[in-house]
Amino acid sequence: MTPLAPLLCTTMSAISATEKVDGFTRKSMRKAQKQKKSQGSSQFRTQTLTELSPLPQLKDAPSTEQQELFTQKLQQCCMLFDFMDSVTDLKSKEIKRATLNELVDYVSTNRGVLVETAYPEISNMICTNILRTLPPSDNPDFDPEEDEPTLEASWPHIQLVYEFLLRFLENPDFQPSIAKRYIDQKFVLQLLELFDSEDPRERDFLKTVLHRIYGKFLGLRAFIRKQINNIFLRFIYETDHFNGVAELLEILGSIINGFALPLKAEHKQFLMKVLIPMHTGKGLALFHAQLAYCVVQFLEKDPTLTEPVIRGLLKFWPKTCSQKEVMYLGEIEEILDVIEPTQFKKIQEPLFKQISRCVANPHFQVAERALYFWNNEYILSLIEENIDKILPIMFGSLYRISKEHWNPTIVALVYNVLKTLMEMNSTLFDELTASYKSDRQREKKKEQEREELWKKLDELKLSDAAALVQNNSHGLQNAAQNINNNNNHHDNQEKSTAISVDHEDPVVAMDTTEGVEVVTSAK
Amino acid sequence: MQHKSKMAGADGDDSLYPIAVLIDELRNEDVQLRLNSIKKLSTIALALGVERTRTELLPFLTDTIYDEDEVLLALAEQLGNFTMLVGGPEYVHCLLPPLESLATVEETVVRDKAVESLRKISQEHSPVDLEVHFEPLVKRLASGDWFTSRTSACGLFSVCYPRVSSTVKAEIRQHFRTLCSDDTPMVRRAAASKLGEFAKVLELDYVKSDIISLFTALASDEQDSVRLLAVEACVSIATLLPQEDLETLVMPTLRQAAEDKSWRVRYMVADKFSELQKAVGPEITKNDLVPAFQNLLKDCEAEVRAAAANKVKEFCENLPEDSRETIIMTHILPCVKELVSDTNQHVKSALASVIMGLSTILGKDNTVEHLLPLFLAQLKDECPEVRLNIISNLDCVNEVIGIRQLSQSLLPAIVELAEDAKWRVRLAIIEYMPLLAGQLGVEFFDEKLNTLCMAWLIDHVYAIREAATCNLMKLVEKFGAEWAQNTIVPKVLGMANDPNYLHRMTTLFCINALSEVCGQDITTKQMLPVVLKMSNDQVANVRFNVAKSLQKIGPVLDSNALQTEVKPVLEKLDTDTDMDVKYFAQEAISGKYTTLSIFFLYEVASLGPRSKWPILYVSERSTMCPAECVSQCER
Repeated sequence: MTPLAPLLCTTMSAISATEKVDGFTRKSMRKAQKQKKSQGSSQFRTQTLTELSPLPQLKDAPSTEQQELFTQKLQQCCMLFDFMDSVTDLKSKEIKRATLNELVDYVSTNRGVLVETAYPEISNMICTNILRTLPPSDNPDFDPEEDEPTLEASWPHIQLVYEFLLRFLENPDFQPSIAKRYIDQKFVLQLLELFDSEDPRERDFLKTVLHRIYGKFLGLRAFIRKQINNIFLRFIYETDHFNGVAELLEILGSIINGFALPLKAEHKQFLMKVLIPMHTGKGLALFHAQLAYCVVQFLEKDPTLTEPVIRGLLKFWPKTCSQKEVMYLGEIEEILDVIEPTQFKKIQEPLFKQISRCVANPHFQVAERALYFWNNEYILSLIEENIDKILPIMFGSLYRISKEHWNPTIVALVYNVLKTLMEMNSTLFDELTASYKSDRQREKKKEQEREELWKKLDELKLSDAAALVQNNSHGLQNAAQNINNNNNHHDNQEKSTAISVDHEDPVVAMDTTEGVEVVTSAK
Repeated sequence: MQHKSKMAGADGDDSLYPIAVLIDELRNEDVQLRLNSIKKLSTIALALGVERTRTELLPFLTDTIYDEDEVLLALAEQLGNFTMLVGGPEYVHCLLPPLESLATVEETVVRDKAVESLRKISQEHSPVDLEVHFEPLVKRLASGDWFTSRTSACGLFSVCYPRVSSTVKAEIRQHFRTLCSDDTPMVRRAAASKLGEFAKVLELDYVKSDIISLFTALASDEQDSVRLLAVEACVSIATLLPQEDLETLVMPTLRQAAEDKSWRVRYMVADKFSELQKAVGPEITKNDLVPAFQNLLKDCEAEVRAAAANKVKEFCENLPEDSRETIIMTHILPCVKELVSDTNQHVKSALASVIMGLSTILGKDNTVEHLLPLFLAQLKDECPEVRLNIISNLDCVNEVIGIRQLSQSLLPAIVELAEDAKWRVRLAIIEYMPLLAGQLGVEFFDEKLNTLCMAWLIDHVYAIREAATCNLMKLVEKFGAEWAQNTIVPKVLGMANDPNYLHRMTTLFCINALSEVCGQDITTKQMLPVVLKMSNDQVANVRFNVAKSLQKIGPVLDSNALQTEVKPVLEKLDTDTDMDVKYFAQEAISGKYTTLSIFFLYEVASLGPRSKWPILYVSERSTMCPAECVSQCER
C-alpha cells in the first residue's frame, strides 16, 4: 500500500503574486462595494415540504432506543429547504440545524454508534443533502481572479452535513468494507463534480473529504485519479472553467508524494499529458503554486523526467501574458533547485535560449524574475560548470539589454550578471564582446536573404500561375489564384488604410463618460 | 502537361535551389517564421511540383509534427486544400498520414481542424481509395490509446459510411458503438455530438437497431455534459423515424430528459424545443410536449425558464391548428402570465421579445382580453430591456388591435427609455421611432414625441446624435416636407447659432440628411443660407463640414444658386488657412462625386437600420463621399 501524505496545510498564497502586478486598481476592488451574492442549489424538488417537529435529544434517550432515534434524526435531516426564501420554514430550518449539530456531536464523541444498519441511513442523508447539480452561475463570465464568488445559500445546513461526513469518515469505528457499498464510484464522481462549486468554503470541505476517502478506500484510488484526470482534461481542452482545480491539485500533491518507485507509466502519462498542458489553462495564477508543487514532486521522485518536463514548459511558454511568464520562471527556478547536474546538461541549451529571451523582455518584471536566477547559489554553480555553453547563448541579449533596456533596475542587474559571467570565463567573454558586432551583421544579412528568398518565390508563383491560366489547368490554377487573391486582398487592405488615414476628418466628438467616442477638442 | 513544365522548372532553374532552404524555414527557431512558412505551404508545394510535394514535402511534414499548436493549426488547415497540389484525387490519400497525426494531438482546435480537413478530402477519395486508405485510418483513430484520437474518429464515421461496402459498414457501426460507451467522457461527448449526423447516413433498420440503443444509453449517461448532447441527437433521430415508432423508441428518453435532474439537460430541451416539436409531430406534441413545456416554463432555474420563454411564440405557432387556441388559452397562457412577473430579468426580457407574437395567433378579442394586460405590465417593467423588447415588437400588435390601445402606457415607457442612462438603450429606442411615428400618427407624434427627437440631437454621445439625424430623415419621409418645414427645420436651423461647435455641426449633419427628402424649395430657401453663413465659423471642423455639406446638397439645388451662392463660398473656403478645410473645399468644387452622392443618400434612406448597411456595397461604388458618410455614421 502506498502511503498518502498529509495535505499541505499552508494555503499557498497564489493571489499575492497577481495582486502586485501593476499599479492599477483591480476590478475586484472596484466591485468590492457590491454585496456578497448567494444562490440556492439547483435541487429539482419533487418532495413536498412538511413541517419538522423536534425529536428528543439523543443523550437523553435510553441506550436501547438511541439507535432508533439516531435513524429517525438522520431521516429528518433528509428534508431540504429553500434558503433563497429567508422567511419560510424558519422553525423547521432551525430544527434541522440543531439536529445536524447533535448528529455531528454524536458521531464524533461516541463509540460504537456506527453499526452496520446505520450506514445506509447515513449515506442517504449525506447524498440527499450534498449531492446536487450545481446551479448555473449568476455571472456567466465569472472570473475567479476578479469576481466575488457566489456563496451557497443553504450553507448553514450543508456545512453541518459536510462536518458530519468528515466525522463519520474519521470515526475509529468506521469500516470501509461496509461503507464501500455506499461510498462507491458513483458517489465519488458526484463528489468530484461538486468541486466546481463557486463557494470556497464548500471546496475546502470537499478537499478534506476526498482526501480521507482516497486514504481509506484503496479500491477507489485508481478511479479517483482517473476522474480527476478527466476533469483536468476537460478543463484544459473543453471548458476552460472549473472552480476546484487548485483543491484537486492539492490533493494530487499529496497523492504524488506517496507514489511508489519506480513510477508507473500511468503516472508519467498524467504528468506529461495533463499536468504540463495544464500550464496553459485559464486563471493559472489561481492554482499555479499547487501545480508547480505537483511537478516538482514528480521530479524529486524521478529526475529522469526533468528533460521532458522542461521541454514541455518551453513548448507552452506564454507568448503574450507577462504575468504567466513570471509564474513559469518561478516554476523553472523551483525545478532548477532540485535538478541533477546531468539532467541540467540535457536541457541547458533550449532552456537558456528561453531565459535569454526573458532577460531581454521589455516587461521589467519578466526580465527581473529571470535575472534573479543569478542570485541562486545552486543555479550559479550549474551555470559556472557549463559556462562555455551558456555564455554564448546569454551574451547577445545581456549585452544588448545593458545598453537598451528602459528600466534602470534591469540595467543594473544585467551589469551584475555580466560581471559574474565574465568572472566565470573571461577569455570567452572577451571573444564574444569582440565578435558581437560581426555576429549581429551576419544575422541581419541572413534576415535579408530570407526576405529575398520569399520574394523570389512569390514571383515564381505568380509566373507559374500565369502560365497555368494559359494552360487552363484546373485545380492548380485555382490554388494559385487563391494565393494571388490573398495577396491582392492584402494590398487592398494596406491601401485602404492609407486612404483613411489621409482623409480622416478630425474626430467629431464630445466629452462623454460612456466611452463611445474619442475626446478631442476642436482645432 | 503542366506537371511536366513545373517539374522542369523545379529541377533546372537556379532560382529554385532555395526550396531546400524553404523547407529549412519550417524548422526555424522563431515560431513566427515557422508559422509564416506553413501559411505559405501551398506556395512551396506549387514550386516543388506535385511529385516532390508527395515524396519530399509530405513525409517531412509527417515526421516533424511536434510543434507549437498554432503552427499545427495552420498546417491542418492548409492540408485540407492540398488535393490539387499533390496531383489530384488519385493521390489525395498521400495527405492522410500528416492529417492522421494532427488528429491525435491534444489541442482541441488543432484536432478539430484536422478532422475538418479530413472530412473535406474524404469527398475527393474514390470509393476504392476510401476503403483502402481512409477507412483504415478511421479505424486506427477509433482504437487509439489516448482519448484524442478516439475523439477525432467520431467525426469521420459519417463521411465514409455511405460510400463503402456493407462489410466495412458493419465494422464502422461496431466502432461507433464502442466509442459511445468509451470510458472517457470526452470521447462519449464527441460520439454523442455526432450521433445525429451518423444516424442520418445509416439505413433505417440500423437506426432502429443500433442508434436507438446508443441514444438511450447516452441520454442516461452519468455525466450531464453527455446527456445534454443526446438531446440534440434526439431531433435528428426523431426526424428519421416513422411516426409510429416514435412513441416507443424516442419518447421515453425525451420525457426523461425534460425532467432531468441537471438543469443543463433541461435547458437543452428548452433550447431545442421547436425543433423537437417539429420532429415528433402534432399528436405527440399535444399529449407530451405541452405538459413538458409547461414544466420548463415553471422550472426552478431561471436559465431554463428563459430558454423556454424564448420559444413560447414558436411553440404556439406550430401547434396543430385545430386545438391551438384551446391549448394556448388553457395551458400556455397561465404560465406566461406568471413569467411576466418573474424574479429574473433575463426571463422577463426573453418573454418580452416574443410575447407580442402571440397576438397574431390568438386574434383580436383574446389579445385585448388576455394579452393586453401583460403587455401593459411589461411596458412598466423595471428593467429597460423588457420595455424595449415590447416596444420593438409593437408592429405585431398593431396589425391585430392597433397601437392606440397601448398608447397611454406606451408614452411614459418611451420617454423613460429615451432618457435612459445607458446610451445603447437610447440608441435602441431611436431606431423604433419611425415605426412608432407611423403607427401613432402625426398628431400624437407632434404632441408627445417630437421634443424627444429634437433632444436627442444634442445628446452628449455622438452615436445618439447621429442616429437622431437619421431618424429625422426617416420621419420626414413619413410625414412629408411640409411637416418638416413647420416642425423640425426651424429647430434644426436654430442650432446653427449654438455656442457649442458640436451642436452647430449637428445642424450640418441634419441638413445633409434632410435636403434630399425636403426638396429643392426648402433646401434653397431655408437651409442653404444657414450653411453659407456657417462658412465663417471660427472652428475649422465646422468650416470643412460646410464644404462637405455643400457638396452633398449641391445636387438638390438649382444651377443658379450653385453658381451665385455656393461657388463663391467654396472658393473662399479654398483659400482657408486650415488644410483640411481647403481639402474638402477642393473636393466639393471638383464635384466629381456629386451624382454618386445623391444616389448614396437615397440608398441610405432605403437601407434601413444602420447596423444593416452593407459597407462593401457602399464602398464599391464610391471613393470619397460615401465612404465619409459611412465613417461618420460608424463612428
